[in-house]
Amino acid sequence: MTFDWTAAWDALPQLLDGLVVALWATVLGYVLALVLGLAFALLRRTERAWLRLPVGFVVEFIRSTPLLVQLFFLFFVLPAVGIELSPLATGAIGLGVHYATYTSEVYRAGIDGVPAGQWEAAKSLSLSRGRTWTRVVLPQAVPRVVPALGNYAIAMFKDTPQLTVVTVAEVLSVVKAVGAQNFRYLELITVAGVLYLAAALLIAWPVRALERRYRKETA
Amino acid sequence: MTGERFISFDGVSKHFGSTTVLDDLSFDIRAGERVTLIGPSGSGKTTILRMLMTLTRPDSGTITVDGVPLFHERRGDALVPAGEAHLRRMRRHTTMVFQQYNLFPNMRVLRNVTEAPVHVLGLSRDEAEGRGRELLELVGLGDKVDAYPSQLSGGQQQRVAIARALAMRPDVLLLDEVTSALDPELAAEVLDVLRDVARTFDVTMLCVTHAMRFARDVSDRVLMFNEGRIIESAPPEQLFDAPEQVRTKEFLRSVIDET
Repeated sequence: MTFDWTAAWDALPQLLDGLVVALWATVLGYVLALVLGLAFALLRRTERAWLRLPVGFVVEFIRSTPLLVQLFFLFFVLPAVGIELSPLATGAIGLGVHYATYTSEVYRAGIDGVPAGQWEAAKSLSLSRGRTWTRVVLPQAVPRVVPALGNYAIAMFKDTPQLTVVTVAEVLSVVKAVGAQNFRYLELITVAGVLYLAAALLIAWPVRALERRYRKETA
Repeated sequence: MTGERFISFDGVSKHFGSTTVLDDLSFDIRAGERVTLIGPSGSGKTTILRMLMTLTRPDSGTITVDGVPLFHERRGDALVPAGEAHLRRMRRHTTMVFQQYNLFPNMRVLRNVTEAPVHVLGLSRDEAEGRGRELLELVGLGDKVDAYPSQLSGGQQQRVAIARALAMRPDVLLLDEVTSALDPELAAEVLDVLRDVARTFDVTMLCVTHAMRFARDVSDRVLMFNEGRIIESAPPEQLFDAPEQVRTKEFLRSVIDET
């Protein structure tokens, strides 16, 4: 078996396009995961049982089923109910919703870490519930979970190859498409692996920086 | 406003599991009165303050503040357990200073003192800050407005907490063992501030403390608690110098030996 560099080199522009798509899916999915995860965490704490219990069920359900199955579900079910989305949007939503169930647990841990005395002090000053959340509890809860949230950005990026099943033209689908023509899978998958590694390191860098910063602040 | 009955407990009981914390307790506090609650730990003193702050509900009995039931509201002819809106309204009368200060660590000192006046009382930010600076001056921390709580000593944090509570212009100020977490020296500076507060503010004060000299200085009346009941209630000179109950004598002796 020989390693044909020209095959890899020729496919590089397409693979890079695939990487850009994968990064987009990660960015969009991650923003969704951050926002929706916080919403899940807050809803699971509301005193309204009719809201808390269904949300709890949905979160547990999504967290306990495979991402791949959820992607298939979105891909086939959304069009059936009249929602036509691009593959990238479908993939980003799938990733975002799936990871929101993880980030909601991270937020929960952060919220639990805020001492009961803070809630009581807010009450003793008659602060409304909304203000207590936005000015007292979340500003203390979120910084201490920033490192954990950052790690999910990396994990999410590494799950983007699964988007190939919903026809997102990310790196792995490029490998499959090009490979079907030239059968240079070894070269293609090697280059793809290097690209994934480079991108993951690129994402990890700001995550580590954030981690260092917030660890110092909360210490 | 001194004279009328402002706070009433009527047959209030509270149990935590199988322990009885408050046992069919009834007492009144007049507007503007300074009352100190003393007694062994676990005798229910802190629970009284926590109920007035709506942090704990009684199992039975009624508490009224300014003639209005705290944990009940009228619906038609019936008194029903109060909803959150009623509690929120009632809470405005009262504010509390805690043993562990509980300042908001994410806000600077001045912001700690202005947050609630702006968003609860509806003061303009300028007005709240002006008043906040005055109050911080009063507690001797005029130069710390821009510090974060973590940069202050325990005694300084507690003085900020007192300023923060006063900024709400409360009718009732609850002080829950505010010096128990402090070294004697820092405790003394906090107690000095509270003596000033007692002199200058027309506020009803309920104070749970083991600082007996302070209790003697500021209180109009001292309530001695034991096992969820008030066993003796008298002006400080009388209660400290000539207690009637044996249990009070024992307790005072043990506290004085400690300090």
